Amino acid sequence: MNILVCVKQVPDSNEIKIDPETNTLMRQGVPSIVNPFDGYALEAAARIKDKDADGTRIVVLSMGPQQAEVALRECLAIAADKAYLVTDRKFGGSDTLATSYILSKAIEKVEELEGRKFDAIFCGKQATDGDTAQVGPELAEHLGYPQVTYGLEVTAESDGLHVCREAEDGTEIIGVQTPCLVTFTKPSFDPRFPTIKRKLAARKQEIPHLTIEELTNIDQTHIGLKGSPTRVKRTFVPPRKKSGVVIKEETGEASAQKLYEMLCNAHVI
Amino acid sequence: MANSYHAVTPEILAELQKVASGHVATDGDINPDYSRDEMPIYGTKMPEVSIDVQSTEEVAAIMKICNAHNIPVTTRGAGTGLVGGCTPICGGVVLCTMHMNKILSYDLENFAVTVQPGVLLQQLADDALKHGCMYPPDPGEKMATLGGNVATNAGGMRAVKYGTTRDYVRAMTVVLPTGDIAHFGGTVSKTSSGYSLTNLMIGSEGTLGIITELTLKLIPAPQATISLMVPFEDLSTCISTVPKFFMKHFHPQALEFFEKEILVSSEEYLGKQVFPRKIDGKDVGAYLLVTFDGDSMDELDSIIESSSEMLLEEGALDVLVADTPPKLKDVWAARSSFLDGIEEQTKLLDECDVVVPVNKIAPYVMYVNSIKKDYDFEVKYFGHAGDGNLHIYECSVDMDSEEFKKQVEQFLSKIYQKAMEFGGQISGEHGIGYGKVHYLEQAVGPVNMNLMRGIKKAFDPNLILNPGKVCTDI
Repeated sequence: MNILVCVKQVPDSNEIKIDPETNTLMRQGVPSIVNPFDGYALEAAARIKDKDADGTRIVVLSMGPQQAEVALRECLAIAADKAYLVTDRKFGGSDTLATSYILSKAIEKVEELEGRKFDAIFCGKQATDGDTAQVGPELAEHLGYPQVTYGLEVTAESDGLHVCREAEDGTEIIGVQTPCLVTFTKPSFDPRFPTIKRKLAARKQEIPHLTIEELTNIDQTHIGLKGSPTRVKRTFVPPRKKSGVVIKEETGEASAQKLYEMLCNAHVI
Repeated sequence: MANSYHAVTPEILAELQKVASGHVATDGDINPDYSRDEMPIYGTKMPEVSIDVQSTEEVAAIMKICNAHNIPVTTRGAGTGLVGGCTPICGGVVLCTMHMNKILSYDLENFAVTVQPGVLLQQLADDALKHGCMYPPDPGEKMATLGGNVATNAGGMRAVKYGTTRDYVRAMTVVLPTGDIAHFGGTVSKTSSGYSLTNLMIGSEGTLGIITELTLKLIPAPQATISLMVPFEDLSTCISTVPKFFMKHFHPQALEFFEKEILVSSEEYLGKQVFPRKIDGKDVGAYLLVTFDGDSMDELDSIIESSSEMLLEEGALDVLVADTPPKLKDVWAARSSFLDGIEEQTKLLDECDVVVPVNKIAPYVMYVNSIKKDYDFEVKYFGHAGDGNLHIYECSVDMDSEEFKKQVEQFLSKIYQKAMEFGGQISGEHGIGYGKVHYLEQAVGPVNMNLMRGIKKAFDPNLILNPGKVCTDI
């Protein structure tokens, strides 16, 4: 099975702080990491490869500036066989629609370079810096592939992929024919650690760059800030909520009673 | 050095309340935690009075009263000690420093920070990082106070590269048992100015004076950190690699070893499995956890490459790399929770924290393994492989308490004896406290014990401060 995993380099959200005076992100000195949800997508691919090492190839693809190579090398160290970076100043400012369009065209190019089609495209459900959860589904639409979102685990079966996905009231398993696209959310396990051998090999591996020169199939009116229909009218910091009230009476019943009284007093019920 | 102490009468209580108004507690108002540390096996005892002290001057006034009336006084921080060091075994007054918890000032030109003794280790570690600095001592218990760390000369994981707490204390303000206020040391890099009273205070476990302010040394925070998880099939192969790190000049920041069982209980406690249990079909028996730090990832890459080469040649099953903040956090969370994991699964618990020369760790552990089957309790251990410091826990869920204590006494006598034969010491970092006094006496002999008692007497003529600990009898 040939799997392509899309990854994004994001600032480590645990380290991000907001300047209390300007209300802007303080990015200086914040380390960059692989978007955690993309890490789960890569782990899902790695688990398929664990079962069929010879028959599985994992390729990772990222769009971003030159330094996103660091994130790709991390993926190579963990499980990927090959990495490609989509990078060009002309791609800067793209919204989710333009980004997913560029990625779909990049995937066509990578398939040409690899000499084979991908059976499955895996993405994180969303990136922790934008939080839109749009790129994966939009990419599936551009490619014309069926999609399963909020995947937790996946197995390769003779009739396609079986995806265990998070649902409102538990989990459900969906069978999907390939080629398809799956987005992943946080499963019960963490991505594996890289081995030293893979890490050292990843350091030396060549990562081809795909620029606008290589991606001749791209319609340039659909990319970058100008090609993006999204307009940001205003950004603002939501007002801080007051801290909640903890009700902790001696028994659960007494706590419920107290809550009821408080809600009555507040004329909520 | 037996002594008979005075009880806290209503008159004395009134005097104490006058100098420490509003934070003196008696009887049922005393926090029950003040009767013990984390090792209640060495006994518990409620004090007659507890005071949450607020300032140097207040501590001095309290000590003047207690010294005049011959009242025993025991100082405590967060109570995370493991040898009964802060247990008020003679009752009297407990002084808790947890409310003196302010980071007072940074002197970044001299890489120094001045703190009150109740500041928690984690609090300083986080705050120093914001100033681009690192406070190197890194004991597993991050919720311990710095006053307690200094009083026990706490070590921790980074001691192998950076040394122990002793190496990071520049100066201190101390209230002596008589109530006099003294200042020891200074913000200087070297000194040859008489006996080092600072160093006498460090590791004195609250027996010589009460630390009310500390000036600690910081270092520039390393820019890059990387950890290696190294699984082995068995413990002896694992430990035998340790001296090679030093022979090959790899200078790890931390070098820890542990067996699978203790890891499993810690990971169960945390509810998260991080370390692999099998590699290529082979069961993992033991692990090394190694951290390197430096100025850049490029600098560290060549070190991890050479050290991994050595480890694989020496029989490591694989070398796994934690090189991102979440992965580093995960591997060290598992290591830091060993004691919590043990405590959760045990009813009766005792421990020893011997330190042996690095090249003797393997034979020492083999010796412990060879005798542990003679006892009814379970023996679990892990250690700071890089500095030969082993934490050996005796655990039981079903033994009778007295029988447990009896058997542990026999077991500990043997393993302490073996440590001394190997050129080791009774305690690497936990201290002597109340629980290990007789073992210390056996180990160092009467000449050294009498020297210590003479020092104690010079600081504390009435022997009121933390009686029964380190070198005094009650």
